[in-house]
Amino acid sequence: MEQNIRYEKPVISIIKRLRKFRKDPKEAALPEKLFEKCNGCGSLISKNKIVENFFTCPECNYHFNITSKDRMDMLLDGYRIINRPFKFTNPIDFPTYKAKYRENKKKSGLKEGILTVEGYLNDIKLIVVSLDNRFFMGSMGSYIGEEITKAFEHAGERDLPILIFSTSGGARMQEGIFSLMQMAKTSIAVDRYGETKNLYISCMTHPTTGGVTASFASLGDIILAEPGALIGFAGARVIKETIKGELPENFQRAEFLKEKGFLDEIVHRKDMREYIYKLLKLHGYRGCKK
Amino acid sequence: MIRELEEKIKRLEEQEKDSEILRIKRKEITEKYEKKFKPYDRVQLARHRERPKVKDFIENIIEEPMFFHGDRLFSDDKSIIGGIGYLDDIPITFVGTNKGNTLEENVQCNFGMPKPEGYRKALRLMKQAEKFNRPIITFIDTPGAYPGVDAEERGQGEAIARNISEMGRLKVPIISVFTGEGGSGGALALSVANKIIMMENSIFSILSPEGFATILWKDGTRCKEATEVMKLMAKELYDYNIVDRVVEEDISFSLEGFRDNFIRLKKVIIEELQMLMIKNSKELIIERQEKYRRIGGGF
Repeated sequence: MEQNIRYEKPVISIIKRLRKFRKDPKEAALPEKLFEKCNGCGSLISKNKIVENFFTCPECNYHFNITSKDRMDMLLDGYRIINRPFKFTNPIDFPTYKAKYRENKKKSGLKEGILTVEGYLNDIKLIVVSLDNRFFMGSMGSYIGEEITKAFEHAGERDLPILIFSTSGGARMQEGIFSLMQMAKTSIAVDRYGETKNLYISCMTHPTTGGVTASFASLGDIILAEPGALIGFAGARVIKETIKGELPENFQRAEFLKEKGFLDEIVHRKDMREYIYKLLKLHGYRGCKK
Repeated sequence: MIRELEEKIKRLEEQEKDSEILRIKRKEITEKYEKKFKPYDRVQLARHRERPKVKDFIENIIEEPMFFHGDRLFSDDKSIIGGIGYLDDIPITFVGTNKGNTLEENVQCNFGMPKPEGYRKALRLMKQAEKFNRPIITFIDTPGAYPGVDAEERGQGEAIARNISEMGRLKVPIISVFTGEGGSGGALALSVANKIIMMENSIFSILSPEGFATILWKDGTRCKEATEVMKLMAKELYDYNIVDRVVEEDISFSLEGFRDNFIRLKKVIIEELQMLMIKNSKELIIERQEKYRRIGGGF
């Protein structure tokens, strides 16, 4: 069965995209602007440079927001999407949810903020999940909770390692208590997956907050983060209001969390592929089988 | 003989009509009652300063409670109380969030908002319960986990996540009781249970109504409006199958007036516990995990 599944090469690899971009800027998926202002250091950098640098700023290492698809293309040698079809549900009949959903769909071109793939990193097969904060700020509703859970079940059944890139505003308000319960569902899924003795790597990217930080993202066997990523439970504004004072420098940034003992390592996007491969190899994953 | 029977049937039919009338009447009254109580009223009841707090619940339901302290890692978070005692004759471990009754106690208990050390203390006591095969009863009355610099520094998110996943696999029966407010992940971190019981005037929500309004409409003052759409009342959650039992309440703000409420709650806890105690640890874990697995599925 397994052998019959064909893995597609990433449609546009970074290099290919770059080549295409040079030949005909209009055809490439990149916006027309040739230069982008870095949110980190404020310098003007050419799009080419940014893409070449794995969507980071060559001057200050600022990590630009990237789409789930770009992430998969950068990381994997080939993959197939295994998300189940999405169906809009409104579990607590929230009045404006449907309209808001349509708005988000139109704005982002996505149906939901999650992408799950089964793919190869060199010779190692793995499951990779990426949240996408362009859609509802990556907030976890029932569909995302279900897809995360299914990703763990899928990986566990096949003895595959799993890697999750999280970025999320937390639980999705419009789904009320059902959204909160996804924290329990996904956390329990991590625990059950752990019983299969397979490796779960959690990588937190900018920003990972609220219910996602307080569930599966904090439960990785190995927890990584991208430089400068905002990671926390409560929002900075709420904390500021509560303590009525200033927040420490670098508060809730990846570097801060590592210092406080909650991250194994901070990994630059350009080193991510190699770093993950090393981890997988050391845990005994070779070829398709463990 | 036949005539007698016919008469009996006639009488029964009449009685049925009467009971039908009574049923309609009951429905009318409860509907009226429910209409009178808007969600926001329930929120205010749940939060009322003089409503008995978790410590009162524990002291009125559990016999000879002994309170234990500390997480063995950092400190003793006073917003979480816990220990051991008897429920009727059954030795149990109890854990809960406490707000305190006086202003001084409120401050000491951080208004019932736990920090990571509080959640770790709760987990320590629950693991101990597992070791000695004691059922766990948790009591929840919290606006949510404390949003502060120190809490973040010590890993609020990690502490909550850890509690949730560990509670999922504890080998003993777990029953959670919502006595007042149940806000966000801070409440969930103590309520991954086999059975969830809510007092009629308690609430359980994804976030405090104020926080909800702030996030959705950037206006915390629209919290009354938020309560209308959040579905946070015990009865609503019961209809969603999130909650297993709702305990009827006499509305009161004194321990004396709460006496019957305590008795009713105790009866319900014991009923549920007896059902759970005949199951083995594997069944308990599977039942608990499957319950959460089903919520928000169907794609």
